Amino acid sequence: MKTQHAPFNGHEVLHNLKHFLPAQAPLKDFIHHNTLHAFQHLKFDTGIRNASEIFGYNVSLSIDEYRQLYQSKKIREDVLEKIIANKKGIAAVSDWKGRLINHQYQSPGLPRIGRLRDNWKREFQIDLDSLVHPILFRVICSYLDQGISIWNFPVLDKGFLASLRELEKGSYTSFFKTERARKLLLSGDDELENLLHILVGDETLYEQYVYDQQFAHQGWSGMVAATEEQPQTLLDHKKITLHDFIVFELLLEIDALDFSFGTIWSPLALKIKQRPSPLFGPVEDTELIEALTIWQEAFEWTYYDEVLAGIKSTHSGDGEKTKTTFQAMFCIDDRECSLRRYIEKFDNNCETFGTPGFFGVEFYYKPQGGKFYTKLCPAPVNPKYLIKETSDGGKRGKEHHMNKRSHSLFQGWLISQSLGFWSAAKLFFNIFRPTMSPATASSFKHMHKHAKLVIENEGPTHTESHLQVGFTVDEMVTRVENLLKSIGLVKDFAPVVYVIGHGSSSVNNPHYAAYDCGACSGRAGSVNSRVLCYMANHTKVRHQLELRGINIPNTTQFVGGLHDTTRDEIVFFDEATLSIANAAAHKQNESVFSNALDLNAKERSRRFMSINTHLSAQKIHEKIRTRSVSLFEPRPELNHATNTLCVVGRRALTKNLFLDRRAFMNSFDYTVDPDGKYLLNILKAAAPVCGGINLEYYFSRVDNQKLGAGSKLPHNVMGLIGVANGIDGDLRPGLPSQMIEMHDPVRLMIIVEHFPDVVLDVIKRDEATYQWFINEWVHLVAVNPESQAFFLFKDGAFTPYYPTANSIATVADLTPLLESHADNLPIYQIAS
Amino acid sequence: MPAKKEDWLSWSAFITVGLHLLAAVVYIVYWVLNKHQPLNLKDIVVFKTDGYEFFIDFYFDKITVVYLFVGSFLTFLVTVYSRYYMHREEGYKRFFNAIMFFFVGYNIAIFAGNFETLFMGWEVLGISSFLLIAFYRNRYLPVKNAVKVFSIYRVGDVGILLAMWLSHHLWHENITFMKLNNYELVSSQLQNHTLMGVIISLLILVTAAAKSAQLPFSSWLPRAMEGPTPSSAIFYGSLSVNMGVFLLLRTFPFWEHQFSVRIIIGVLGLVTSVVATGIARVQSSVKSQIAYASIAQIGLIFIELALGLDYLALFHFAGNAFLRTYQLLVSPSVVSYMIREQFYNFVPREKTYEDTWPKRIEYSFYILCLKEFNLDSLMYRYLWNPMKQVGRKLNFINLKWTLITFIPIYLFGLACLVNDHLLTDNIKHYLPILFSFIGVVLVFKAFTERKNVKMSWLYIIMNHFWIALAISFNEHYLFDEAMLYLSGITIAGTLGYFVLRRLRKIETAIDLDQFHGHSYAHPKLAFVFLLACLGLTGFPITTAFIGEDLIFSHIHENQILLAFFVSLSFIIDGLAVIRIFARVFMGPHVKSVYEMAYRSS
Repeated sequence: MKTQHAPFNGHEVLHNLKHFLPAQAPLKDFIHHNTLHAFQHLKFDTGIRNASEIFGYNVSLSIDEYRQLYQSKKIREDVLEKIIANKKGIAAVSDWKGRLINHQYQSPGLPRIGRLRDNWKREFQIDLDSLVHPILFRVICSYLDQGISIWNFPVLDKGFLASLRELEKGSYTSFFKTERARKLLLSGDDELENLLHILVGDETLYEQYVYDQQFAHQGWSGMVAATEEQPQTLLDHKKITLHDFIVFELLLEIDALDFSFGTIWSPLALKIKQRPSPLFGPVEDTELIEALTIWQEAFEWTYYDEVLAGIKSTHSGDGEKTKTTFQAMFCIDDRECSLRRYIEKFDNNCETFGTPGFFGVEFYYKPQGGKFYTKLCPAPVNPKYLIKETSDGGKRGKEHHMNKRSHSLFQGWLISQSLGFWSAAKLFFNIFRPTMSPATASSFKHMHKHAKLVIENEGPTHTESHLQVGFTVDEMVTRVENLLKSIGLVKDFAPVVYVIGHGSSSVNNPHYAAYDCGACSGRAGSVNSRVLCYMANHTKVRHQLELRGINIPNTTQFVGGLHDTTRDEIVFFDEATLSIANAAAHKQNESVFSNALDLNAKERSRRFMSINTHLSAQKIHEKIRTRSVSLFEPRPELNHATNTLCVVGRRALTKNLFLDRRAFMNSFDYTVDPDGKYLLNILKAAAPVCGGINLEYYFSRVDNQKLGAGSKLPHNVMGLIGVANGIDGDLRPGLPSQMIEMHDPVRLMIIVEHFPDVVLDVIKRDEATYQWFINEWVHLVAVNPESQAFFLFKDGAFTPYYPTANSIATVADLTPLLESHADNLPIYQIAS
Repeated sequence: MPAKKEDWLSWSAFITVGLHLLAAVVYIVYWVLNKHQPLNLKDIVVFKTDGYEFFIDFYFDKITVVYLFVGSFLTFLVTVYSRYYMHREEGYKRFFNAIMFFFVGYNIAIFAGNFETLFMGWEVLGISSFLLIAFYRNRYLPVKNAVKVFSIYRVGDVGILLAMWLSHHLWHENITFMKLNNYELVSSQLQNHTLMGVIISLLILVTAAAKSAQLPFSSWLPRAMEGPTPSSAIFYGSLSVNMGVFLLLRTFPFWEHQFSVRIIIGVLGLVTSVVATGIARVQSSVKSQIAYASIAQIGLIFIELALGLDYLALFHFAGNAFLRTYQLLVSPSVVSYMIREQFYNFVPREKTYEDTWPKRIEYSFYILCLKEFNLDSLMYRYLWNPMKQVGRKLNFINLKWTLITFIPIYLFGLACLVNDHLLTDNIKHYLPILFSFIGVVLVFKAFTERKNVKMSWLYIIMNHFWIALAISFNEHYLFDEAMLYLSGITIAGTLGYFVLRRLRKIETAIDLDQFHGHSYAHPKLAFVFLLACLGLTGFPITTAFIGEDLIFSHIHENQILLAFFVSLSFIIDGLAVIRIFARVFMGPHVKSVYEMAYRSS
C-alpha cells in the first residue's frame, strides 16, 4: 500500500520539534513551566498518555505506588468508588475496584521514539550515539560557554555553522576523522535535505529520523532551541540555531559511518526490515492507562475533598474588626503560607495579604557597576522601564579558589603550593563552621540594604537604551491602584503597611534561580518591594489615588522588606524614613516577625530528617541558617515541594486553616471587583505561574530520570548554562531529585472566591488561560461568597460540589504534630 | 534507607576515619620529634618455600607521613561532608563501603614495605575506584567509564607485575623498599644489570603514568568524575590520582642513578603538563577543567622528581591535593559566583595569549585540545579494538570444539608434566609457551564473546588452568603451589558459575552484547558475583592472589615470551571478568525502560 506523504519541509519540522523539546533556559534564568507544555492543547489525561507513548516518559506514579497509598489510607475508598462510578457507571464499581487493587497489568511496550534510529545498531552493528555524542556535546558546550573555559571558542561572531566552517578551513586539524563530512561542511553542501538523503535515503522518514536523533539528547537540543528563541538569556551573546546544531550532528554521523565502513554504505532506509510506526499516530487506550487515570484522580480528590471540607468548616465571614496594627503583603508563594499564619498568631490584629511578588511593578534593574539589565517581573512581560541603583552599598567578595589562574601551568604551580594549603583550612572550617562566603548565592546580595535607587522619571529625555528610567507619577498611580484593588486593600489602612518580597540563599546549588521569586524572573523581590513602597508613599501618587477612591491616611507608611525563605530572615528597607510613631510601632512589629520566623523555621524543619524537631524554635532556626551556607547540604530548603493549591480570595476563607505550606495564596476581594476585571489579571498570572510550578514538580517527581534532572550529587556544571552527569553526559533539564522527593504529584487546584458565573465569564476572556482549565491541567473551584457553596469547573461549566470528608479535626497547638511527623499532614482547623 | 541506619553507617565511618586521623597525627608528631628514622616492619610471612617467600611488609618514612596525613585528613573531611550530602541517596551504604574499602587500599599501599604488599593495596584501589565511578550503576555512562578507567588501571597493574617479576630475578628475593635505600647494594646490582634496571624503571613508570593520568593515559581522569561530587573530589581530585607519584617516590632510590630514566620521566612530565594545560584551557565543564589542571600539576611533580627534588614534590603533591579537592567540592557554586562576577566585570571575548599566534596554528591547536588530542580514542584504536578483532577471528571456537580439542591437549600436557624426565630440554622450553599461548587464546575468546555468558566465564577459568600448567614445567613450581593457586580460582569460578546459572533461570535471556542492569532487580546476586569476580581476578581475598605472584616468580628471566603471554592473559582476564560483571549486572535495567535515564545522560 502506498501512502501519500508531503515532501519534507525542514523549516516546519524544526519549528514543531522545538515545541516538544525541553524549554528550560540557562540556569541563571531558571523559570518553572509545564514540562509537557507541548501537549497542553489536549486534555490532561490524553496529553500525558500521548507524551508517554511517544517519548517514553513516566507520567504518573506506578500502579504499586497508588496501591500503597490506598493501603495507607492516603487514597480514600469512597472517593475511589465515586470516581469509578463517574467514569464507568455504578454497576462496574466493584469489578473495577478489584482490578485496580489486585490485577497484574502488563508493563507497557517500548515508546515510539528512537525506534527508527535503533536500526543503526541492529542492522549496521554501529553504536552511532557513542561515537557522535561526546564530540558533539563538547563542541556545542564550548561554543555556548558563558565563562568556564579560559581559552574561548576562537570564532564566535558568525553563527555556529559558519564559525565551525571558518575554524575547519583555517586549521591543520579537523573535527572530523574522514574527508567527505569535512568537504560537505566546507563546500556549503550541507543542507538538511542533502545530509538526510545520504544518511536516511527515504524522504518520508526524514522527520522521524530528526526526532529520534534530537531526543537521544533532548537536554542539549532543548538548550539550543531555548537560546535560539531568547538569545538575550546569554550574557555572553552567541548566535545559535537548532538547524545549525542538527546539521553538525548529521555531519558527525556521516563522518562516523564513513570512518567505520568507508564511503560506500547504504542509507538507513534501505536496510530496515520493518517501517517503525509513525511518531504522532493515534495512541490507543489500554486498561492500564485507564486504571492509572482513575487512581490519580482518586488520589487528587482524596486531598481536594478534605481541603474543601476544611474551607467549609472554617468559613465564618468577617469577624469583629478592631483597629489593625499593621498590614503586610507577601508573595503569593506557597512558602509564605505558614509565615503569614504565624505572624497572625503573634498579632491578632494584623492583616496579611498575598500577591505575585513583583508587586505589580515591572522593570529592568541595573545595579551600580552592573554591565547588564536584569528583568524583575514575570518572564513573559517585556517591561519598558529601568530602575537604576546609584550607590553601591557594599563590596563584593572574591572567592580566590575559583580563580581560573589556578588552572594555568605556572601560576597553578604557585597557587597549589600556597593557596592549596589555605584550602585545606578553608575546607575544614566550611565543614565544621559553615559561614557565608563569596561563593554563597544570597538573596540579600541582590540589592544592598542601603542602596539608592532612581525610581522617579525626570522627563521624556530621561531614558537609557530605549528604556525609560523610572516611572512617571501617572504610571505610579496606575500600578499602586491596580495592586491595591486586586488584593482588596482599599480602606482601613494600618499605620504601617509592609511590602515583603522574597528570595533565597544557598551554596553549591546550580539551581539557585529556581529558589528565588518566580514572579521576578527567578530573582529576589527586594527591588520591587522598595519601588512599590516609594510609589505608594509618594505624596502626588496619594493625592491622585484619593481621586480614584483609595484614601490612604497621611500617617500610613509603606515599608519594603525581603524575606529570605531559606534562612527565614527578613530585612527591612528605608526604616529611617518612618515617622516617630511608626518607627515605634515598627519596632514592636519586628519582634512579631522575628518570633514568627523562628516558628516558621521550626515548622519547616520537620521535613529535614537531619534536624531534631523537638529543639526550641530559636535553636532550630540557627540550624536552618547554618544549613543555607553549608557546602554539603543539597537541600537548603525544599522550595515549592508539596504545592497543591492556589487560593484566590479573602484571608477569612482560609484564616484558621492549617494548609501545611501547600497553598499559593492570592488575596482578592470580590466586593472590590464585582465584574472580575482584577480577577482576570490574577488568573492570567496564577494559572501559568502556579500551574507551571505545580506541573514541573509533578513531572519531575513522576519521572525524575527523563523529565527531571536525577540526583544532583554527581552533577557537573556545563558552560554555566546547565548541569550534566560526568563530563560526557547530556544536559539534565528539570528538577533534581533532592527538590522533588517530598512532592506528591497532585495537580494544582485553584479556589476562587467569587460567583461562578463571574468566574466563568472571566476565564473565557483569555484563551490561553481558559485552556489551562478546560483541558484540566489545573482544577478550578469557585466558592460562592454569599452561600459558601462550592462549584467545580468541568467540561466548560460550573457544577455544584459537596465535600464528603468527615469533619475536619481541630487542634489547639500544632507543635506536637509538627515535631512528630515528617510527611504531609491532613488539614486542621486551628482553634483560635 | 531509614534515617537510623544511615546514622549508624555514617557514624561508624566517621569514628573509624576520625580515630585513624587522630592516631596518625599523634604518631606523626611522635615520629618527627624522635629522630624521624624510617621504620620497617616485616610482619606476616604468608607463604614460604625454599627460594620463595611471600611476606607482608610495612614501611614508614617521610613519604608515608605526607601521604598518610593528606589522605587521612581529606578522607576524614569528606566522610563528614558525605554524611549530610549523601542523605537519602540510594546506595548510601554502598557509598560508604566503597569509601572505606578505598581507604583500606590506600593505607595498605602507602604503608607497604615491598612490592607485594603495595600491589595488594593497588588492587584494592583499582576495584574500589571501579565501584565508585559506577556508583550510579543503572546509568549507561558511569558504567562505561568505570570499565574504561578499570582497563587503564589494568595496564598499569601489568607494569607493576612485570616489574615485580624482573626484580625477583634482579635481587633474588622479595626486595623491601628499605633495602632499596641502600645505595651501595643498588648501585652494585645495577652496574651488572644496567638494561634490566632500565626496563624495571620503565615498567614502574608505565604504572605510575597510568595511575597518575600522565600521557598517553590522561583522558581517564575527567571521565572518572561520574560518582557523587565528594568521592570524585577526594579520589580523582587528590588521592587516587597521586598514587603514581607515590610509586615514583617509593622507588626513587632505585632509579635515582639511572640518568636515562630520569630524563624520560622528566620529558614525560613536561609533555604531559604542556598538553594537559592546553586541554584544561579549552574545557567548558568545571570538573573536567579541574581534572586537566590537576594532571598538568602532576606532570610538574614528575619533573620535580626527575630533578631529584623529592621534598618539593611531596610539598607540591599535598598543596595540589588540597586545592583540587576543595575546588571540586565547591564546583557547583561556580554558576552563581561566576554569573555574578560576569554581571559586573564582563569583557566580551577576552583576549588570551593564543590570540597572538598565527590563525592557522591557533585553530589547529584549539581543535586538538577540544578533542583531547584524541587520547580517549587512542586506547580503543590501538589496543582494545585490535584485541577484539583478534578475538573475533576465534569465532570458530565453540563448546564442542573446546571439548574435543583442548581437553585432550590438556591431558596430554598433564601427562608430559608427570613424565617430564622423558622430555628434551628443547621441548621443555617450548611446551610452557605453547600452553600459555592456548591460555591467551581462550581468554581472548572470553573477552570477545558476545552471546554466551557462562561460556565466557568458563573460558576465563580455563585460562588459569592453562597458565598453571604452563608454569608447572619450571622446576621449582611445586604441586602444592599450583593447588594453592588453582583452589582459589576454582572456588571463585564455581561460585560465579552458579550465580550465572541462577540468574539465567530467573531471567532466561542474558548475553554480553549490551548492558542488562540486573543489579536493579537482583542486588544480592550482584554482590555475590562481584566477590566471585574479585576472586577470579586474583584479588587478595582468595589464595589465587598469592598464586599469581608465585607464577611470576617462577618465570625465568630468559622466558620473555612466557612472561609476555602470562601478563597478557592477566590483563585480558581482568577485563573479561569486569566486562561480564558490567554487562550482566550494571547499566540501565533492560526490563524497566520507563524507569531508566536516557543513555546519553
